[in-house]
Amino acid sequence: MQRLGALLRRSQGDAVLAPQLLRTYSTMQMTIRDALNSAMDEEMARDETVFVMGEEVAEYQGAYKITRGLLQKYGPKRVRDTPITEAGFTGIGVGAAFQGLRPIVEFMTFNFSMQAMDQIINSAAKHHYMSSGAITCPIVFRGANGAAAGVAAQHSQCFAAWYSSVPGLKVLAPYDAEDTRGLLKASIRDPDPVVFLENEILYGESFPVDQAVLDKDFVLPIGKAKVMRSGTDVTLIGFGKMVGYNLKAAELLEQEGISCEVVNLRSLKPLDREGIAQSIRKTHRVVSVEEGWPQCGIGSEIVSIAVEECFDDLDAPPERVTGAEVPMPYAANLEAAALPTTDHILAAVKRVMGK
Amino acid sequence: MLAAWRTVAQRRQCPRAPALLAAARHLASQTAAASTQSASVAAEVPSSSSGSEPSARLLSSSQQPEERMDFPGGSVPFTAAMSFLGGTFSPRAPLPCYRTIDSAGLAIADADIPHELDQETAVKMYKTMVTLQTVDVIFYEAQRQGRFSFYMTSSGEEATAIGSAAALTNDDVIFSQYREQGVIMYRGFSVQDMAHQCFGNIHEQGKGRQMPIHYGSKALNFHTISSTLATQLPHAVGAAYALKLQKRNACAVAYFGEGAASEGDFHAALNFAATLKAPVVFICRNNGWAISTPATDQYRGDGIAGRGPGYGMASLRVDGGDARAVYNATAAARKIAVEQQVPVLVEAMSYRSGHHSTSDDSSRYRAAEEMRQWRARDPVARFQRWLVDQGWWSDAQDTSARQEARRDVIKALETAQKAPKPPLSAMFEDVYARMPWHLEKQQAEVFAHVRTHPDACPADIPVK
Repeated sequence: MQRLGALLRRSQGDAVLAPQLLRTYSTMQMTIRDALNSAMDEEMARDETVFVMGEEVAEYQGAYKITRGLLQKYGPKRVRDTPITEAGFTGIGVGAAFQGLRPIVEFMTFNFSMQAMDQIINSAAKHHYMSSGAITCPIVFRGANGAAAGVAAQHSQCFAAWYSSVPGLKVLAPYDAEDTRGLLKASIRDPDPVVFLENEILYGESFPVDQAVLDKDFVLPIGKAKVMRSGTDVTLIGFGKMVGYNLKAAELLEQEGISCEVVNLRSLKPLDREGIAQSIRKTHRVVSVEEGWPQCGIGSEIVSIAVEECFDDLDAPPERVTGAEVPMPYAANLEAAALPTTDHILAAVKRVMGK
Repeated sequence: MLAAWRTVAQRRQCPRAPALLAAARHLASQTAAASTQSASVAAEVPSSSSGSEPSARLLSSSQQPEERMDFPGGSVPFTAAMSFLGGTFSPRAPLPCYRTIDSAGLAIADADIPHELDQETAVKMYKTMVTLQTVDVIFYEAQRQGRFSFYMTSSGEEATAIGSAAALTNDDVIFSQYREQGVIMYRGFSVQDMAHQCFGNIHEQGKGRQMPIHYGSKALNFHTISSTLATQLPHAVGAAYALKLQKRNACAVAYFGEGAASEGDFHAALNFAATLKAPVVFICRNNGWAISTPATDQYRGDGIAGRGPGYGMASLRVDGGDARAVYNATAAARKIAVEQQVPVLVEAMSYRSGHHSTSDDSSRYRAAEEMRQWRARDPVARFQRWLVDQGWWSDAQDTSARQEARRDVIKALETAQKAPKPPLSAMFEDVYARMPWHLEKQQAEVFAHVRTHPDACPADIPVK
């Protein structure tokens, strides 16, 4: 219990305690869409150098309505519709950040960010280092990442692994509304370039938020994972939508007498290696769950941490649950078969438990 | 600018007057149409002979208001004639090239000089050119001797860099490609600074992070050079947008070559700059060669300036070897950009007299005769001739300036070579604004390793 308390305090800063333990005063439900919208709105009100640009963000209120109302409130200079050129508007956002503005660049989905990859990595990520600190790039790249529903190969790729390997970038992946508000506000205030990976499926989903989360200065620390549910038998590690799957799996497994600790990574770069290792040393077993492809995925890094830093504490080999190694098919049955389900997580946990 | 072309065309000395007149008229009709707010596309009847007026058919259709349509994309007149424009069909006359000093260095009579050069500026320009030429020669040789890994000269393009730099203010933010060392030198980057950067030693503000010639200076408002081609173009647009929102009396300036202009970023930057109304001056160094690719393989249209009007942007072609013309062109472009808050495109025509870099031997793909002809039109010699004709420079001053430059450059190299390299600790700094704990941990591992294995780290490299 003491270790749990220490873990919680260390992993959350002084912001909010785990909803699992202290949900008594949840006064509100908030969708991810509203969490994103309110976070951007508050940061734009707080700092006039913050502005939003992307395709359809202004007049159309956002392709997924994430930027609803912002044009009306802040005007066309601070909410800019762009021509269709990811490489172009990313480069322009980077240049504006170099010159002292704080752009939030929306990619309709991160699949389209591949067009802008050079600007994100060779310009945004590396210039602070290349210029020895003379140049800063306080930019946020945000948008939908990973699988949606029925949008097939070119609209369903997960970019967590690619971006999180780049030094100079910070990469965040929120799960619930608290994550979303706290991490997006932290990203906008951060001096470094941040890749903010959302999930389209979660945009409409509601999560409980309390007064602290609704505060206009609510920020979460970047680089810290959160223990969503404490347990003793196995650690389930995931980010974004998969955290929900892990929580569901944990509930089902509890009925079978298996106690799962669910870790919400929140931050993919910096990765909370120490937090992850602490949990694995406590439970002695780990299953990593992700939607993306297996080779060189986030799970590969989790397994490396388990083996490199927790080898003597492991009671079973680490396991990964990942998406199938195929471009995402379209047909509903094939798409479902290509993505992790709670059943896959249950099976993996039982394997590591030797059951 | 348009008036300038008309004047040039009307001058009897100019043998291309009829073609230039047609071009001027053509652009006038386009500008008139464009000034009706929305971008308009002028459908045209081809004129096979130069200087002919637009056909009566088009005139009559434009006088009947119901013969136009306001599409969302622009207001266009209709025509019953089907006529292709461009390519093998009625090619447009190329944009003429503005110059004020001829190839021998003699001033051209009655040239447009809206921004006259004063003696102080002109002499500073020339002295910087002399230093630049000296640096280029000696640093190139230093690389061949193995003293550092890489160098790029800007021979043949000194006037483009220095002529344009002289027309800007220190508040104008510069994004360059890699062959504009004359610009940062004009602003005050010393030969010693350049040498330190090429050696990547402890004195250069870059902390040994970058390849040689990747200069940068926050104090001089010169953005650190990035190797990726044309990425600086949208950066400049973004920076210009920031200047616009900050209501600054300044513009962004982006330099690039005609080869880089083939990149997608060029299209995105120019198109976007026009829609954003960003105060940015795009300066293209069309030096005829992109490593071994001649300009004839790089594009089929009218160079780079020819693309500008297609984006709705004021464009000018200038003799890049004429420092006075480049100065005037840049000053005029800057004025338009800052006062009207719009982008402007300037294409400076010149020749890359040297190799692409120390990794290239251009004699393998270029004719010696071509290179010889261009060396004879050396921009520095042209400007020197003009300077002497003004009574502002002498041969004696030239000799002593070159001797002094040579001494300074050699001394700078020696000093830079002897200086220590950055410490090992610098490797992990500046990845982020504040070093995150995982890099602190890695840094500590490296230090521990070096302590227990001292021969892992060369003796002349300090650890912290």
